[in-house]
Amino acid sequence: MTEVRNARGKTRNGRRMTGIGRLLVAVYGVLALAAIGRSFVQIASRFEEAPLAYTLSALAAVVYVVATVALIRSGRGWYRVAWATIAFELTGVIVVGTVSIVFPALFPDDTVWSWFGRGYLFIPLVLPVLGMWWLATHRPSEADAA
Amino acid sequence: MIEWFTWVQLAVAGAAGLLCIVLGLAGRVPNDLTNGALVLVELLLIAQLVVAIAAPAFGNEATGSVLEFYTYLVGALLLPPVAIVWALLERSRWSTVVLGVAALAVAVMVYRMLQIWTVQQA
Repeated sequence: MTEVRNARGKTRNGRRMTGIGRLLVAVYGVLALAAIGRSFVQIASRFEEAPLAYTLSALAAVVYVVATVALIRSGRGWYRVAWATIAFELTGVIVVGTVSIVFPALFPDDTVWSWFGRGYLFIPLVLPVLGMWWLATHRPSEADAA
Repeated sequence: MIEWFTWVQLAVAGAAGLLCIVLGLAGRVPNDLTNGALVLVELLLIAQLVVAIAAPAFGNEATGSVLEFYTYLVGALLLPPVAIVWALLERSRWSTVVLGVAALAVAVMVYRMLQIWTVQQA
């Protein structure tokens, strides 16, 4: 079977995404899709109702897409992009989550981050932490400066 | 939307998701059974798309946002093929779990579609 060889072989070339990391990327991809879908519907059908919340939805969607791509790609540049986007996500879910509870009037409609991602099983809160753990334990090698 | 068909679809997607996650955690790589389960989920989604397009002609209209309904449907249609490709690129136990996560995500999206069609007020 090929899976045994593949499971470790690519790490040497700076490919971070093997094994359980592929599951992390898959969940990121699903969340990116969810954020894009929600943001598209909000902006296409009722943007004027809550411009702040909907603009934030769109921004979150873009960041999730970039984070997903950055996790898949190898190299130091993408590694930094992955850190930046994942840190942004964690900040976003904590700030927007708190604000949506303390000042609910600012967010009349749900975003992916409202109530710490309650509408998404709190995955938006847990995923950045898992992502950071993954990045910290899978640094790109010296030979992989891109 | 045909409600009983949607419930069948929910059951199949949920069962496929649990099956793949359990088999994946048990160490199985993607095989005909787990990939086949995702293909079945995809076929049911295509059937749902046909039903959704035809239903309004028979007086079966969505009560909620049609735009939101189709956003979920198109998103759900993308998931199984992408998951299968992603799983075949590296055939490990985690790839089987990925198949399961995709099937469960489809189940959640189908449930939202059911709510939009039957409960949500536009």
